[in-house]
Amino acid sequence: MKPNAEISSNSQKKRFLISKNIDAFFGSIYEVFLFIGLFFKEAFSPPFEWREIINQCYNVGYKSLPLVSLTGFITGIVFTKQSRPSLSTFGASSWLPSLVSIAIIRALAPLVTSLIAAGKVGSNIGAELGSMKVTEQIDAMEVSATNPFKFLVVTRIIATTLMIPILVLYTGLVGMLGSFINVHQNEQTSFAAFIKNAFSTISFLDINSSIFKAICYGFTIGVAGCYQGYFAQNGTQGVGKAANSAVVVAMFLIFVEEMIIVQFVNAIR
Amino acid sequence: MNHESKDIVISIKGLTKSFGSLSVLQGVDIEIVKGENIAILGRSGSGKSVLIKIISGLLKPDSGIVKVLGQEVDKISAKELQELRLKIGFSFQNSALYDSMTVRENLAFPLVRNKRDLDKKAVNDAIEEVLNEVGLLKTINQMPSELSGGQRKRIGIARTLILKPEIMLYDEPTAGLDPITCIEINNLITKVQKQYNTSSIIITHDLTCAKNTANKVAILMDGKFLSTGSFEEVFNSQNVNVKTFYDYNFINNK
Repeated sequence: MKPNAEISSNSQKKRFLISKNIDAFFGSIYEVFLFIGLFFKEAFSPPFEWREIINQCYNVGYKSLPLVSLTGFITGIVFTKQSRPSLSTFGASSWLPSLVSIAIIRALAPLVTSLIAAGKVGSNIGAELGSMKVTEQIDAMEVSATNPFKFLVVTRIIATTLMIPILVLYTGLVGMLGSFINVHQNEQTSFAAFIKNAFSTISFLDINSSIFKAICYGFTIGVAGCYQGYFAQNGTQGVGKAANSAVVVAMFLIFVEEMIIVQFVNAIR
Repeated sequence: MNHESKDIVISIKGLTKSFGSLSVLQGVDIEIVKGENIAILGRSGSGKSVLIKIISGLLKPDSGIVKVLGQEVDKISAKELQELRLKIGFSFQNSALYDSMTVRENLAFPLVRNKRDLDKKAVNDAIEEVLNEVGLLKTINQMPSELSGGQRKRIGIARTLILKPEIMLYDEPTAGLDPITCIEINNLITKVQKQYNTSSIIITHDLTCAKNTANKVAILMDGKFLSTGSFEEVFNSQNVNVKTFYDYNFINNK
């Protein structure tokens, strides 16, 4: 007899392995792993939905450019402005480009870009798939002999995994540009001197670790959005919940991953 | 019923389905032969939609045998199920049109994914052919949000017809439509059956729809078929539950 889901004929109460909430928590983790497993199985088996992957890359990457540009640029300016007084106290304002480049390339660009993408792209995916689920569009795809998982889920996860690293590199460049403008205005530093100073402290490991982080974050955003949307329930309320959960779960996991990857990279460094 | 001499396209025996502690289907038996249109009537929550979702493989039965075109839908592989689904058309209650695509893209979607060798002209010809069948060629470049309820239903039917199915499953085809549009949809269902020689299951509350489209009627109540036969046979049934169902419908249709 299965203890967790069996209904007692006498008490009509469900029995659980530990408790209802803990069982549900571990059950949902198991389901997420099955979901990820199915993604890898479908992603590497033909037919491939190339056109839809390109379409989703356009939605995730190109359509995020204005927001990412603005936030990246402002982050560069603000971080430079806020760091100057502390460095000036020690007469070290010439180190500003180095400090800003380390902060942006190692941490700010991946984190800021991914959090913005989690909000913009993750909620979009969650709401779109959730809406398709509750209006039976996903069922309609299935009964018309089309694999909805491959068409909707695989394409979106591939798009976020590919596009977030590109957006992170772009944010890094825009952030550095914002920083240069501020440094140039205040310290009259030339562009060549700024670049030389900025990149003197950046190693390949910094850039590679940022790209690796971005790949992980992009995959997380895609999985969180698709999972929440694909299994949305209870009509329009469920769509809202799917969009909300996609953002919250993705942001939470991004911070957890950041912490783990930083420990790992520091151990290598 | 003895259909030994005829082609049975759908055969269901002892089908049960529960959701948690709620038992929806409790031993359903039915057979549908080629070219037959059967209307399944019943109250909301009686399991009508669950039945056709099991037939199309969207839901798995708890027990029983569900054979469609000779194949047990819950026993076959995913690939076999996909091939079987090419022969089954499913018209959803709310049409389930892909709302980010135009009517043309909605119709092209199942075709280009299942018949990848078709060129652009062949796809366009097929789309125009089915749109002509449902009388909505002029809507080809419109978005689903620009269509009326009746037009959406007809485009939903056209989307299933494009794969030339052998079996049609209609989930509440006339729900929420005005009487004239209901007649148009009923006529379309009859036309599809004659033109494509399909076998159909029509899930409905609408007695007029059942009478005009089906050559057999079955009443589903409390998870079982109460009565099955021609519209007149079922209508004249002395079963109290069947009479109650008919009386209720007539009172509401007055």
